[in-house]
Amino acid sequence: MHILVCIKQVPDSAQIRVHPVTNTIMRQGVPAIVNPYDLYALEEALRLKDRYRGRITALCMGPPQAEAALRKALAFGADEAILLTDRAFAGADTLATSYALSAAIRQVHQSLPVDLVFAGKQTIDGDTAQVGPGIATRLDMQLLTYVSKIVSLDLSAREIVVHRRSEGGVQVLKTRLPALITVLEGINDMRFASLTDVFRAERHKLTTWSKDDAHIEDVTKIGLKGSPTAVSKVFAPTSTNRRAEIIETQSGQPVDLAATLVAKIVSRHPDVALAINPSPVPDERPL
Amino acid sequence: MSEHFDAIVVGAGPAGNTAAYTMAKAGLKVLQIERGEYSGSKNVQGAILYSDALERVIPDFREDAPLERHIIEQRVWVLDDESYLGGTYRSADFSKPPHNRYTIIRSQFDRWFSQKVRDAGALVVCETTVLDLHMDGRQVVGVRTDRENGSVYADVVILADGVNSLLARKAGFHEELKPKDVGLAVKEIHFLPESTIEERFNVKGTEGVVIEMAGKITQGMVGTGFLYTNKESVTIGVGCLLSDFKKSGIAPYALLEQMKEHPAIKPLLAGGEMKEYTAHLIPEGGYNAIPAVYGDGWLIVGDAGMFVNAVHREGSNLAMTTGRIAAETVIDLKARDKPMTARNLAAYRAALDESFVMKDLKKYKDVPDIMDRNRQFFTAYPNLASQAAHTLLTVDGVDKKTKERAIRKTFTRARTTFGLFADAFKLWRAFE
Repeated sequence: MHILVCIKQVPDSAQIRVHPVTNTIMRQGVPAIVNPYDLYALEEALRLKDRYRGRITALCMGPPQAEAALRKALAFGADEAILLTDRAFAGADTLATSYALSAAIRQVHQSLPVDLVFAGKQTIDGDTAQVGPGIATRLDMQLLTYVSKIVSLDLSAREIVVHRRSEGGVQVLKTRLPALITVLEGINDMRFASLTDVFRAERHKLTTWSKDDAHIEDVTKIGLKGSPTAVSKVFAPTSTNRRAEIIETQSGQPVDLAATLVAKIVSRHPDVALAINPSPVPDERPL
Repeated sequence: MSEHFDAIVVGAGPAGNTAAYTMAKAGLKVLQIERGEYSGSKNVQGAILYSDALERVIPDFREDAPLERHIIEQRVWVLDDESYLGGTYRSADFSKPPHNRYTIIRSQFDRWFSQKVRDAGALVVCETTVLDLHMDGRQVVGVRTDRENGSVYADVVILADGVNSLLARKAGFHEELKPKDVGLAVKEIHFLPESTIEERFNVKGTEGVVIEMAGKITQGMVGTGFLYTNKESVTIGVGCLLSDFKKSGIAPYALLEQMKEHPAIKPLLAGGEMKEYTAHLIPEGGYNAIPAVYGDGWLIVGDAGMFVNAVHREGSNLAMTTGRIAAETVIDLKARDKPMTARNLAAYRAALDESFVMKDLKKYKDVPDIMDRNRQFFTAYPNLASQAAHTLLTVDGVDKKTKERAIRKTFTRARTTFGLFADAFKLWRAFE
């Protein structure tokens, strides 16, 4: 069995700041990490390898420094790592990215047939969740997104059964291989690599592929040229100055709290009172 | 795992990186183990980089190291509640390359340094904690990490694991840190546009300013404050002895908040946006608190060995220098095929004694103790100095002689004539 895992190096969104003057994202000094969702995908692939044996190839498209992400994948137990890097890929949107990645996967497939492709449900920088499905479509693979559990894998029948999270509940789906699966967060807990694996990863000679190595000839399909998406504006949401208010009464009784709350709402929004009670009755209390 | 290395370096701060780099460059088989996600991810410093110590290891570091600003102006302020009395040294000479010191952002700088260590041929492993040292009798022969198959062996282990040096303490090489021997510093980085920094601090290009502060800002505790200019931010911080924080009950963040409100400091930060808040322990015990720094199969470098000159606020350069000298000791023994015994590794301590590291620390060995026992230097004197300046600079029809007499009186009233002489003597003794 040969599983290919797509990983992406992303800026740690928890540490991203917006430049107060230019309003652009300040990438300098922001640490690059492996897209957290991809780690769930990698771990799920590793678990299948533990059970059924086989090979795992990690594939990453990015600048040369994305090598760090692949070394991490190797440390966790990936057997091979390919960095798809070329200036021609710069500025790629999800359409161009899935084109380049599927071309590379086709090349990998020629030397060792790929049974499964794993990806995270989305990246934390783009949040589109389009690249995985894009690859499946281009490679004409079965596509299972938002997978929360892999129930069984039958290599002889070439079938896989998974749980897929949908809005209404969980779908139990069976499909044939080769398939592309995007996994949900929390599907597993990432392992802690052994020191042996960490050493192996650090010493591993990475495979680096240019667009030519991936046999990409049509340059209008990759990079900025192959990207119909245009970013017209990036801006930081303006912070609202609304403040929470704690309502207290002397008695602390729920009924008093509710009355105080209603009084407060009515005093600030008289129209609410009208909506509740369209024709106010005259005060019935005796004078 | 039975893999064997010439040397294992624990920690990837300035001391560990310098040691690992120097040994790897000399062709030794080096393993460096870092607890953080990457070198620099957990490392905290002011931070000023002194060129000399790094230059001795990587002469052309200026070509690609992430440096913020080179320092052309140093201000020293003694602050009272509303005022400060200070001195400034600025020289255009400091703008002529090669520059003598720079402000840096450690998370970026350490990452750069770590890449150099890898390029030199060392095996660098991060997100891995060394739990124990493997011993063979008295000889350290390797380390045990928190990973599966986590043991690895070497002829010598260099402990560059920082101020707490849990590993050395666990192994019984030194005692637990004493609160009076460590400073606790807190700092914030405030974003400010480059143009604002240039205007506010009267600098251009990559020029920068350093302000060192003492006085009332530490509220009677032994400590100092600082403000450094980075490319697009200003770092402000304050540090005091941990024992003083404990005694006074003042929260470090509250101290920094109050310092930021000082009328001389507030305008320098105005309009900034806080980007980072960090805290760090600084080993400030000085010469007398330095533990044993070598033994059978082990060496201690950097903060772990108390190598900080608190008086001159130097630390990273001592870390790099001790790291380099430790590495050179190992390289030399290796070249002569000598075992890494305490007897042979004693050459490290001997070389340190001959370097500026020990000479400087020895020179100021009494300072921590004198400051600890004479709080007037942080309370009464800033106040008296400010008053004196204020009296002299206020033109109000009083003749200068009367003013001088009044100033003299405030000093003798506060400290008595004998007290003044005694304080002067103490300072002379401490800094001589």
